[in-house]
Amino acid sequence: MCMFQSVMNYFPEEVLDHVFDFLTSHRDRNAVSLVCKSWYSVERFSREKVFIGNCYAVNPERLIDRFPRLRSLSLKGKPHFADFNLVPHDWGGRVYPWIEAMAKSRINLEELRLKRMVVSDESLELLAKSFPNFKSLVLVSCEGFTTDGLAAIASNCKFLRELDLQENEVDDRKGHWLSCFPESCTSLVSLNFACLKGEVNVAALERLVARCRNLRSLRLNHTVPLEVLQKILVQAPQLNDLGTGSFTHDPNSETYVKLKNAMKNCHSIRSLSGFLDVNGRCLPAVYPICTSLTALNLSYAPGLFSNELAKLIYHCKKIERLWILDTIGDKGLGVVANTCKELQELRVFPSDLYGVGNAAVTEEGLVAISAGCPKLNSILYFCQQMTNAALITVAKNCPNFIRFRLCTLNPVVPDAATNQPLDEGFGAIVQSCKGLTRLSVSGQLTDQVFLYIGMYAEQLEMLSIAFAGDSDKGMLYVLNGCKKLKKLEIRDSPFGNMALLSDMGKYETMRSLWMSSCQVTLGACKTLAEKMPRLNVEIISENEGGAGEGEARLDDRDRVEKMYLYRTLVGPRTDAPDFVWTL
Amino acid sequence: MEKRGAGLETELRLGLPGGEVEKNEKKRVFEEFDGCEDKAAVHKNQVVGWPPVAAFRRKNSFNGGKMYVKVSMDGAPFLRKVDLSMHKGYSELVRALEDLFGCFGIGEALKEDEENNEFVPIYEDKDGDWMLLGDVPWEMFANSCKRLRMMKRADANGVGLHAKDLLKGFSKED
Repeated sequence: MCMFQSVMNYFPEEVLDHVFDFLTSHRDRNAVSLVCKSWYSVERFSREKVFIGNCYAVNPERLIDRFPRLRSLSLKGKPHFADFNLVPHDWGGRVYPWIEAMAKSRINLEELRLKRMVVSDESLELLAKSFPNFKSLVLVSCEGFTTDGLAAIASNCKFLRELDLQENEVDDRKGHWLSCFPESCTSLVSLNFACLKGEVNVAALERLVARCRNLRSLRLNHTVPLEVLQKILVQAPQLNDLGTGSFTHDPNSETYVKLKNAMKNCHSIRSLSGFLDVNGRCLPAVYPICTSLTALNLSYAPGLFSNELAKLIYHCKKIERLWILDTIGDKGLGVVANTCKELQELRVFPSDLYGVGNAAVTEEGLVAISAGCPKLNSILYFCQQMTNAALITVAKNCPNFIRFRLCTLNPVVPDAATNQPLDEGFGAIVQSCKGLTRLSVSGQLTDQVFLYIGMYAEQLEMLSIAFAGDSDKGMLYVLNGCKKLKKLEIRDSPFGNMALLSDMGKYETMRSLWMSSCQVTLGACKTLAEKMPRLNVEIISENEGGAGEGEARLDDRDRVEKMYLYRTLVGPRTDAPDFVWTL
Repeated sequence: MEKRGAGLETELRLGLPGGEVEKNEKKRVFEEFDGCEDKAAVHKNQVVGWPPVAAFRRKNSFNGGKMYVKVSMDGAPFLRKVDLSMHKGYSELVRALEDLFGCFGIGEALKEDEENNEFVPIYEDKDGDWMLLGDVPWEMFANSCKRLRMMKRADANGVGLHAKDLLKGFSKED
């Protein structure tokens, strides 16, 4: 290493800089900055893209200090379980301080990608006005803004290329934000407003599409009718990625015929989604596109019946990524298995959350897919039931899983055939899939499954556990065995203080740990917080009655409802609300 | 063999008038039985946050988001319909009901003074049981409510309802 270093040091920094330009992955760059001080220094001045997996692990000042040439920032805020209403509103994750700091330091920000953060209209306005070269805004599962904020972006970002809104809670003020793109704006490459509830000015939309000749990706919301879609496709046959708005019309009408013709002309569409509000009889219009599709998302189209879905999928021979509802049924999954030989990622979402579950899929569908799709490496599967035998078969058929997430609709359901826990099935998955990085388990599970996970899941980075395990041993197997674990989230499982405190240093090697409705007590959390100053240990109360009261009334022996801990360089956060108590 | 799921018992408490809810008291809506006889509650998916479907997806991919249910009022000649997806909580729903039936002050009256209000809001859930409004989290209610009924208080007598218990879920949203 010494000789290597001195050889490398022979070269001026410009050469190192140039070499580092070829490193795009943030993991590579992080590794490189650890080699020596000189490399750290060159790397930090050359890095333009920064990814921060937990916005509270660092602060804006440190970010800007270390990476002055920052151009692209990705930030994640709330913990994953916030998606399922387990984190109270107002927990945190505001982006404003970041934007404010970057604006003050005159960072030349061009891209901002946020996930599970709170984005206010003020943030968007400040963003729009502070960065003259701003090009790309991607918001995923965020909240806190209205269409007024979007109007600010549209009006002010002269070189905007990408505005991508995925599954955000947006307060739609129905003020014509889309009309705020000036006539001079021709730079749009990607526009996704599928998650918005309100109407947009369709004339403005059509004009915008017509003048943005580089537009490649367009996802409309449910208020955009089929007639308008047809006109848009005539203007933009070069699209790669299309999200239809509503897709319902009289299939005998002239408009529908025009749509069919327009679609035939769209030779470049590789990704299709939308169908929010759909008439199944209109689906044949998309068949010509299906043959070249690599990605298809029908998970927001509950109105499609299994046979309509099957007919559509029958045309999709090149599909690599498929998101669908369980209305497809096991039979429909059989069609997928026979047709989609290039399939890599499958997500099957539940269509009937609180009902009896007639439309659900079972282990049969999963086995069929595993047998028919040799390239399958990522799955999210909500199902009515599962068996160990099926999982063992799946493990044999698909040793290449990187992500495996199984959610039984009843969280503690045992093997449907034998009534045994599903330990053996998941055990087979982790043993066979040596590259597994993400796993979610469900169904009736004992400590045994965690023994297997600890033993075999060597590459595992993220694990989600719910209603599983018998004792602290379960959690211990995981903490001791999974060396690459980054995120562990546990709910409603009997893991307690012994497991929590057994290897406190482990948590500094991880991004975060979430435990809710488990057996950990306040006293143990306090011990952990005291011994590990570089962790924030947050206790989150249910009631917004003030953690002050809670502090006084909670005894060290009391169980903690929700605990979220994460490593951080910057100590307890200053923006925590009343109901969050950082120990 | 160690007992599973030690922390999963149902905890039901009566909200005492004027008293505060204890920090650790949490109403769990499903029960763990050693003998596996009745996993009914778990079966009915009444656990908060399960199945783990993102909140955005829950609101937007089922029935196009709309949740119209019939509302009847004892004594009224016809029924009305209300879209539960339009409301974020019980208080909003109660206000909407007040507007529909012109009986103002259902929520207020019930909170303060038993005598004055004639009606008790109840709903039929997916199991066909008639439930009192306000016990469960809003989203759970909205997804399991099949129809609403404004029942005459006179018919509810003898059940031992106290006004202040009735709408303990309401005050949180105000």
